[in-house]
Amino acid sequence: MSLPATIRQLRDEMRGGQSAVAVCEAVLEHIEQIKPLNAFNTVMRDEARARAAAIDSDPARWRNAPLAGIPIAIKDNICTKNVRTTASSRMLERYIPPYSATAIERLEAAGAVVVGKTNCDEFAMGSSNETSAFGPVRNPWSPDRVPGGTSGGSAAAVAANAVPVALGSDTGGSIRQPSALCGVVGLKPTYGRVSRYGLIAHGSSLDQIGPIGRSVADAAAILSAIAGRDSADATSVDQPTMDYERALTGDARARIGVPRSLLERGVDPQVSRAFFAALDVLKSGGAELVDIELPHARYAIPVYYIVSTAEASSNLARYDGVRYGLRAGPAQGGLHGMYSATREAGFGAEVKRRIMLGTYVLSSGYYDAYYLKAQQVRTLIRRDYDAAFDTVEAIAMPTAPTPAFRLGERVDDPLQMYLGDVFTVSANLTGLPAISVPCGFTAERLPVGLQLTGRAFGEAAILRIADAYERQTEWWKQTPTLRFHE
Amino acid sequence: MPDGISREDVLAIAALAELELDAAEVETFTKQLAEILAYATDIRQLETAGIPPTASVVFRAPAERPDDARPCLDRDSALANAPEAGAGMFKVPRVIG
Repeated sequence: MSLPATIRQLRDEMRGGQSAVAVCEAVLEHIEQIKPLNAFNTVMRDEARARAAAIDSDPARWRNAPLAGIPIAIKDNICTKNVRTTASSRMLERYIPPYSATAIERLEAAGAVVVGKTNCDEFAMGSSNETSAFGPVRNPWSPDRVPGGTSGGSAAAVAANAVPVALGSDTGGSIRQPSALCGVVGLKPTYGRVSRYGLIAHGSSLDQIGPIGRSVADAAAILSAIAGRDSADATSVDQPTMDYERALTGDARARIGVPRSLLERGVDPQVSRAFFAALDVLKSGGAELVDIELPHARYAIPVYYIVSTAEASSNLARYDGVRYGLRAGPAQGGLHGMYSATREAGFGAEVKRRIMLGTYVLSSGYYDAYYLKAQQVRTLIRRDYDAAFDTVEAIAMPTAPTPAFRLGERVDDPLQMYLGDVFTVSANLTGLPAISVPCGFTAERLPVGLQLTGRAFGEAAILRIADAYERQTEWWKQTPTLRFHE
Repeated sequence: MPDGISREDVLAIAALAELELDAAEVETFTKQLAEILAYATDIRQLETAGIPPTASVVFRAPAERPDDARPCLDRDSALANAPEAGAGMFKVPRVIG
């Protein structure tokens, strides 16, 4: 078989007699070739081969399975039973989950072959994949640049054609921003659409698992497999799901809102140019563009970094060296000495910074001024989006204000790093679904992403519009020529 | 009102968060947290009287299930990742003298 391949191409090849084992071997070989990108924490060679062989040996059982034999990479903060799951942290370097995330079980029930666990920012905190305890991932389009984060390994692995699809997780843009920076498609579903059971918690009111793929159709195929109510996650909801590939009619007709005043400052001119050119394509395909206002969207970054760090400081309290993960600590100093020595040794700088910030905004005397205030402004941001969606079906923005930046460029300036999330965090604060699709390149051949945000549970609409856009463009077919400085 | 953040604040928060920061981290975080919180000043000036806080964006009431006992992890699996275990339990440093 030849790579790159989409799920559709692989399905055709396998219907034509190609074995799941052959597809798996080709992918494993490709993963080996892209090793300098550092996209994988763990490659599951034995497990993937055994699984592919099992699928080949029982064609009757798997003939109608939508993802039979399709290789997929999984972000390393999503639990895989009996396979090391680290969240790219020293804290969980040797953690072997006793269960799989619901999303993994559903992918496997649909026939997918999990081939490995991808590198990410530590505990999914970062915007560049540079906070990983196992080193940064490199951008396949320019190896001295970041792939984005936090699902940087998943996006880079797909962009470099090592795998057709991958799972990521998105708390403030962690699927969409790396997808934009690596030139692939990434979808954050509506909060509650996909079970979070088995996702290592970061910001529990913001986190969602979602797909990264080369095409909108592939993202739709993966969403179809993982969506739906799960009794193990009380926040997953009982909303009808569908075969989202069937929503892809090629019809771009829709009212699309454009928050122009939000885009006036702080956007790289080349990103702006690609974005407005994409709007022209949508318009020529039948979309109606409408100017909208999102008056509180400019407060989304401070609100996000208060709410998400507050939730993270609480979620990460569980890493105390008792039940799982690292234990460090002095022989003396008792239980608390062990806790703090473990947390000092196990967490990296960004995770500590966020735990500190979150603890501060929740602490007595500061709670009302920061945390409560941020939750109130979160309501105002939701109301802005509710009002906009009274008149439009989707809202268009660039996914990220700049293309991929250089490794190391922002690591010493956390605030600068946070500001890059300006267009992505609102979808998490509001819970709305949002997709990033490739919409052009800069002069240095760095990809640019177009983001479409939809109504709650309106994945079908944004997938349809994104797919119609993709059919009119060739950006998504571009692939990087890998050049490694060994 | 909270404005700026001192070295003492950072040490107090670190103690609350069970983090044992070294001297360099204390210095770095004092500076960085002050910068990040200064950026949040904008929202503190917004008028929000009477605006309810959003803690969750669950769009539909989640379905409930009967409160029946269901299978769960067995003891050995639950203990398998423990840094230290014994007699079917997690072991921790001595708490009481």
